[in-house]
Amino acid sequence: MSPRVVVLDYGSGNVRSVVRAVERAGAEVELTADPAAADRADGLVVPGVGAYAACMEGLDAVKGGRTIGRRLSGGRPVLGICVGMQVLFDQGIEHGVVTAGCGEWPGVVERLRSPIVPHMGWNTVEVPDGSRMFEGIADERFYFVHSYGVREWTLAPERPFTPPHVMWTATGDDRFVSAVENGPLWATQFHPEKSGDAGARLLRNWLATL
Amino acid sequence: MSLAVRVIPCLDVDAGRVVKGVNFTDLRDAGDPVEMAEVYDAEGADELTFLDITASSDDRATTREMVARTAEQVFIPLTVGGGVRTPDDVDVLLRAGADKVGVNTAAIARPEVLSDVARRFGNQVLVLSVDARRSDEQPSGFEVTTHGGRRSAGLDAVDWVRRATELGVGEILLNSMDADGTRQGFDLEMIRAVRAVTHAPLIASGGAGRLEHFAPAVEAGADAVLAASVFHFGEFTVGQVKQALSDAGHPVR
Repeated sequence: MSPRVVVLDYGSGNVRSVVRAVERAGAEVELTADPAAADRADGLVVPGVGAYAACMEGLDAVKGGRTIGRRLSGGRPVLGICVGMQVLFDQGIEHGVVTAGCGEWPGVVERLRSPIVPHMGWNTVEVPDGSRMFEGIADERFYFVHSYGVREWTLAPERPFTPPHVMWTATGDDRFVSAVENGPLWATQFHPEKSGDAGARLLRNWLATL
Repeated sequence: MSLAVRVIPCLDVDAGRVVKGVNFTDLRDAGDPVEMAEVYDAEGADELTFLDITASSDDRATTREMVARTAEQVFIPLTVGGGVRTPDDVDVLLRAGADKVGVNTAAIARPEVLSDVARRFGNQVLVLSVDARRSDEQPSGFEVTTHGGRRSAGLDAVDWVRRATELGVGEILLNSMDADGTRQGFDLEMIRAVRAVTHAPLIASGGAGRLEHFAPAVEAGADAVLAASVFHFGEFTVGQVKQALSDAGHPVR
């Protein structure tokens, strides 16, 4: 049976592409803001484009942070995409405005320091051994479009837990976290739904964990 | 490693149909933008741009429907430009499935539309499309034109890009009206002049006629290259352009 996935609909940009791409990867997808449906689904996708503060406002309005927290406490998979990844960290700073995030991971989302911003286009990802997310696609390029990122990962690996896989990408002399695979919580700074066949494989890799 | 140079085919569409330069023999319907988008995707296009040249508002609904059908089938970024005047126009196209929206003439008359769009949707969706040509009338030697290059907008093109970047555009599509259609190569001086005043990604357009024309545009400062007729007429493929860029030492996908 196909896994059932909810794409959280909290008023963030172009979510149709996310829905279609996850469907194509083999899931039954519902686009909704209903917390009960988001709790029940086999997997929850948190998309996000635009400003951090606006995304957090939208997420708060549908109690998205609470839904994410509840799912994770039960070990139930969540995938954050782009700003949907950024909001998983402690805070975002855009134009000097500090906005509290969901705080699932320590870290600050701040403006990239590369000479060309936004970081837009197809870039590579440094993938550590043993990543399930990048199984079969570690050498592929993925589509990014963002001006902010997390440039310091501070969550210490603690035994007996499985340490997270943290993926990095470089732009100019800058370097930022481009994906994280941490137990049931996965996230990508790039857009798998816009990354052609490589993106489709990544989504299938995620669906395989549901 | 770093970003790959993007190769972007541009499709002119009128009332939901591709209007110029169609030379794919294996298409069932040569004028169907969705089918052409699928072909370009399969060839390795990094992104697609639709330029809507539709005149009437009725036909714009057809364009939206076409964007939606494409976004259902093609999983690479889609930019749609042409006739975009207000943040609500942008909203409609984003909802239809566009990832980025190009704004051109409307921003010349009302530059604040750029900051309005950037504030509401984020600067990553906003592409400033600039049709520029050489002119002694402007300090930089380049002026902005309207009406397909037939009229001067009375603006310095380099200064316009600088201002638009401050207003929040996320990308610049720079089309040389002098080079457009000549197939003699990109206007490299224009690319250099614009590169110097913006931190936004820069797409070079206009003048591509041979495979060796693309690498110099990148060396002049372009992050992406866009072409229409050379792809539509089948003179070369997206894959051949990428190979030429790669041979010149530029990263490609």
